Amino acid sequence: MPTQAINPDASGYYGDYGGMFIPEILRTTFDELIAAFNEAKADAGFWQSYVDVMQNYSCRPTPVTPLGNFAETLGGKFQVFCKREDLNHTGAHKANNCMGQGLLVQRMNKKRVIAETGAGQHGVATATMAARMGLECTVYMGAVDVERQRPNVFWMEQLGATVISVTEGTATLKDAINAAMRDWSESMETTHYVLGTTCGPHPFPEMVAWFQSIIGQESRQQMLKINGKLPDKIYACVGGGSNASGVFLPFLEDKEVELVGVEAGGHGLDSGQHAARFSGGTVGVAQGYKTYFFQDDEGQMMHTHSIAAGLDYIGVSPILSHLHDQKRIRFTSATDDAVISATKLLMRTEGIIPALESAHAFAAVVEEAPDIPDGTQVLINLSGRGDKDIFNIAEAIGDEKWDEFLRAKALKK
Amino acid sequence: MNLTKYLKNRLDPLFGGTESPETKRKILLMTHVVVGYPSLEANWKMLEAMGEADVDLVELQMPFSEPSADGPLFVKANQEALRNGIRWQAYFDLMKRASERFDFPMLMMGYCNTAFSMGFENYCVNIRKNGGEGFIIPDLPLEEYGDLFEYSRQHDLDPIMLCTPTNTEERLRKICGHGSGFIYCVARKGVTGKNTELDISAEKILQQCRLYTDLPLALGFGLSHAEDLRRLHGKAEIAIVGSALLKTWEAEGETGYRKHLLSLAAARE
Ligand SMILES: Cc1ncc(COP(=O)(O)O)c(C=O)c1O
Repeated sequence: MPTQAINPDASGYYGDYGGMFIPEILRTTFDELIAAFNEAKADAGFWQSYVDVMQNYSCRPTPVTPLGNFAETLGGKFQVFCKREDLNHTGAHKANNCMGQGLLVQRMNKKRVIAETGAGQHGVATATMAARMGLECTVYMGAVDVERQRPNVFWMEQLGATVISVTEGTATLKDAINAAMRDWSESMETTHYVLGTTCGPHPFPEMVAWFQSIIGQESRQQMLKINGKLPDKIYACVGGGSNASGVFLPFLEDKEVELVGVEAGGHGLDSGQHAARFSGGTVGVAQGYKTYFFQDDEGQMMHTHSIAAGLDYIGVSPILSHLHDQKRIRFTSATDDAVISATKLLMRTEGIIPALESAHAFAAVVEEAPDIPDGTQVLINLSGRGDKDIFNIAEAIGDEKWDEFLRAKALKK
Repeated sequence: MNLTKYLKNRLDPLFGGTESPETKRKILLMTHVVVGYPSLEANWKMLEAMGEADVDLVELQMPFSEPSADGPLFVKANQEALRNGIRWQAYFDLMKRASERFDFPMLMMGYCNTAFSMGFENYCVNIRKNGGEGFIIPDLPLEEYGDLFEYSRQHDLDPIMLCTPTNTEERLRKICGHGSGFIYCVARKGVTGKNTELDISAEKILQQCRLYTDLPLALGFGLSHAEDLRRLHGKAEIAIVGSALLKTWEAEGETGYRKHLLSLAAARE
């Protein structure tokens, strides 16, 4: 069972970040959730049941794959490995968190789950969990994301979930979170809110990071087994921060391992069209917690932009904000264009199709390659696979045959 | 101003009022304005109607981009107000103008990030300077208040605490212990805007809070009609009507709004 290298204080704070900015109506629900989570955490059997489910339902432990060809094209002076979270059931690390919270829901004896989703990965993972565990499921998704992630909407509905398209605000992930909170403030007695990332009020950041830390624990052992030593650098993309927290936290005490978080650089940091909270954000309080937000000087949230729906979010994990201030994690960003070329490169050299979110981590390694010392061992967290992005990648690449196919399909109707 | 005294001084002694009050109302009325929605001009007309109806207390809501405790109508209002370019200056200008023109005391209402971005001290200074008497922050539980309690004392403002039907007895006692001005009791689960059947949960929350505080009790969330107010006589000291009035403004314009407001005002006697 994992012991976390970093824990919140009694009020749910990591340094200055986190906390519980919740309406009173949800106080009792949060108290119950904290109690249930603490009980589960103290119960070694619970962690084991989680590991078992992840093994027999979600292909864990996921492998670590050496990326020799990819490294070769970058000059071949350093080694690259990637942690294959894309091989999880439903194709992303989101399954870890969903199955974990699902087990907790069973302990709490609730019959319905709700979730927000951006890319749709978390929605699909929640819908599969709900189907398997016999729970009713409603997923809130911004209308803009419904547009760009139709295949995931299709699957959620086929899996029995109700998908509600949220048209308020910017109609993206943050608005889906607001909508889920509104549902929960009425339905809390029967319903658990399966928050999809390490954000929101305490205990969500702690809880989601705890489940996701299975990524880093496995990686640690696997890297030791392959190389007899820990990696020198670890890269992960950062939306809300769950895959990054998952892979980073078990290495936190290993000061020699450099941890690099990669945010969405969108059209470039100067364009204002991005989602790099640590470059363009300031500290604020929204959606139940205190952290760096992409907001104006009066605390109104601004539009974020990323080619990857899962990174297109105003806030970031309070755990990561704290580790950012402590300088334990270095943050950088990758632009949409760099992400598309890194995606192409990974597909061509290794036969791996990354999610556009995950491709941000690869893009950062490509960009930093000239400065990476010889002999360095780099681990990249491949948080998800790219099948869901087929429409966006095809459009970005400008594949004419795909366009033709879409037209033909549309005409048939 | 001592807000509690002001309120009690408007209530019939049999309904929580002082010995010989100014007006003998069986319940008081608090109304709501989203600053900048539908427009600042419309806000002023609403406030004028409130002045004429001799409304007892008014809250001005500062629009926020993430109004997660509000229902569809107020969500739209928050969004449109921001789209209308409403910024901090506008909240305080409206408060100042209204405090000079009308007799009713005013509270600032809004989500935590606005106060946090302004700085808690600055927030209090601005409310005091522009004639407000207190504030309501629905996403700021007492544990997260920090220095805000101290700043409100320094600037003689009442931070209004919220109690809800899902809170435990122990929690209600704690919240009431931090109460100031009056206690805002939320009638039901969910967000603003939906109608409330004044059921047992609303009565229960009032009875429970009564055990833990001598402050006047306000009931809000989903009250619409004069009948709702009459049913609360003797149970709550203040009725809060927000979305219902805005809905009337949208459907029937100023005339309908005034009529609705006057019927609510009349239901105080
Ligand atoms: C594949 C993938 N990676 C990364 C993310 C970003 O989330 P987080 O930062 O919580 O890992 C998402 C979110 O939807 C995702 O689908």
